[in-house]
Amino acid sequence: MIQCLNINKIYKTANLETQVLKNVSFTINEGEFVAITGPSGSGKSTLMHILGALDSPTSGQYLLGGEDVSQLSEDKLAHIRKNKIGFVFQAFNLLPRTTVLRNVMLPLIYANIPENERLEKAKKALLAAGLDEDRWLNLSNQISGGQMQRVAIARALVNDPSLILADEPTGNLDTKTGEIVLATFSRLNKEKGHTIILITHDQEIAQHADRIITIRDGNILEDNTLSS
Amino acid sequence: MNIKDLLHETYTAITANKVRSGLTMLGIVIGIGSVIGMISIGQGAQQSIQTSIESIGSNLILVMPGQSRGVSGPVSSGRGSAQSLTLEDSEVIQSDVNGVRAVAPEVDSRYQITAKDKNTNTQVIGTTNNYTSVRNLEIDSGYFFTNEQNRNFSKVAVLGTTTRDDLFGEGAEAVGKQIKINGILFTVIGITASKGGTGFGDQDDRVFIPLSTAQRFLIGNSYLSTINIQVQDSNSMTQVQTEVTNILLKRHKIKDPALADFSTMNQADIVSTASSVTGTFTILLGAIASISLLVGGIGIMNMMLTSVTERTREIGLRKAIGATKSDISKQFLVESIMLTFLGGLFGIILGWGISILVGKLFSVTTVVSLSSVLLAFGVSAGIGIVFGYYPARRAAKLNPIEALRYE
Repeated sequence: MIQCLNINKIYKTANLETQVLKNVSFTINEGEFVAITGPSGSGKSTLMHILGALDSPTSGQYLLGGEDVSQLSEDKLAHIRKNKIGFVFQAFNLLPRTTVLRNVMLPLIYANIPENERLEKAKKALLAAGLDEDRWLNLSNQISGGQMQRVAIARALVNDPSLILADEPTGNLDTKTGEIVLATFSRLNKEKGHTIILITHDQEIAQHADRIITIRDGNILEDNTLSS
Repeated sequence: MNIKDLLHETYTAITANKVRSGLTMLGIVIGIGSVIGMISIGQGAQQSIQTSIESIGSNLILVMPGQSRGVSGPVSSGRGSAQSLTLEDSEVIQSDVNGVRAVAPEVDSRYQITAKDKNTNTQVIGTTNNYTSVRNLEIDSGYFFTNEQNRNFSKVAVLGTTTRDDLFGEGAEAVGKQIKINGILFTVIGITASKGGTGFGDQDDRVFIPLSTAQRFLIGNSYLSTINIQVQDSNSMTQVQTEVTNILLKRHKIKDPALADFSTMNQADIVSTASSVTGTFTILLGAIASISLLVGGIGIMNMMLTSVTERTREIGLRKAIGATKSDISKQFLVESIMLTFLGGLFGIILGWGISILVGKLFSVTTVVSLSSVLLAFGVSAGIGIVFGYYPARRAAKLNPIEALRYE
């Protein structure tokens, strides 16, 4: 379960204070597929960074599976990201000149998973992300954009995280491949019960989720559960 | 992240840009190569000087006459020109000083020497049979003159190999043949083994004849030009040197040691002086070469900084999936250490090559010692740490959010 309680985030520059998030509170249960949406500058990226343990709120509490991670040190945050969070980025961010398999195994390397288990887990994740087996030994820059994003999804899945954060995952893809990637997220959510948070500015893409949280100017504007 | 994964990452990173890695490594290769090469030349010089000093005999003390001055004038005829040492001095040293193994009195002078159809001008040494043991002289063929031949004023001569070559042709059989020294006929009875002359002149270009013969027929007086003293063990060198000085001062009736009409030289002193000179020389060469090593190190730092900038997004991603600061910093540090380590390895090979080449081309002794190889490895790994530390820290300190956004 993910709980945000009165989260505030204030950026300070020389003599200017900007409050990006204002008393944001919400709860996301395990197994939910939530879209966080809002125009650019609304604070959704900042919220994603906090949810992804990349950043800490100025005040307020962020509970991830009951653990308060809002005021942890940098190394502790790295530890949280390693074990509990999977990221999917707009730009895929795969390691170039490295095989698909090795890319997927990267989080396991940092998590000190023994070598024989890594391959097993990576294969499982790739199958779950729906990437054809004949691509697994290709270098990451030799496959198509849609395939790259599925490798990134497999990488996010491989450590069996409690939360998958997808930041504009279809932003670099054409509509058709975008649909396939979104379908993959839906399937992972329905079939495997993964908790997924999709961050997007696009209302249409947000419709793929079961619940849409709309943010504007640092406040939650709407929080709608869609009836499918 | 275990060591195997770390090395795998390092390998990928280094091979990703082979030309750049290679050129950066080249800086270290040249640096280490020149340090190894230069030190090998320095140590070679040290060794060849030491061998050449030791080849004149071990535990040796030399006594030489002082300079002669006119009765009242300040004009000196130079060191060793005085006629102050006699055979009796030498005999007294042999019998009265403790710790002396053997004493060989010596006179020497240069003469024209003729064989059947060739002639040469070389150093003629008149001495006793003890000379062979005192000065480490070995006989290649024939024999060295005996004490009896010395007593009998025998006109026999032992030739050095160079002199033999000059008079009879290279490698020719000379024992039994006759030569004329300053017009006086001598019979060749032996040839010394070659000592190989470097540094202090050719030690094989000499002729040895009995002391008595030299004094009576060639020089015409009974003074000595050197007394060679071999000491029993190296620890008593100083003690023997002091006793010899005291005995000779007493015999020559000199009260103030500053006015002594002779001087003594201790071989250990010569060796240590020469070693300290060549040691300084080695350090100087090494220091000059290390400047290129420093430049190579700066090259490494430059490349690592570029690499950190280029890979900012990758660092951001690694941090996002859970890499800690120390994971990132280790990765870059290992990369720079690997570059310098490999550079060091090739540098040692290059330096070894330089050392062999210099040895062949300029016929000087060069020595690549284990210590200089180990030092080179240590220094190159050290350079990797020193010059890789700052880029690695910079990579580790990157903010993951900004790094992921970096274009």
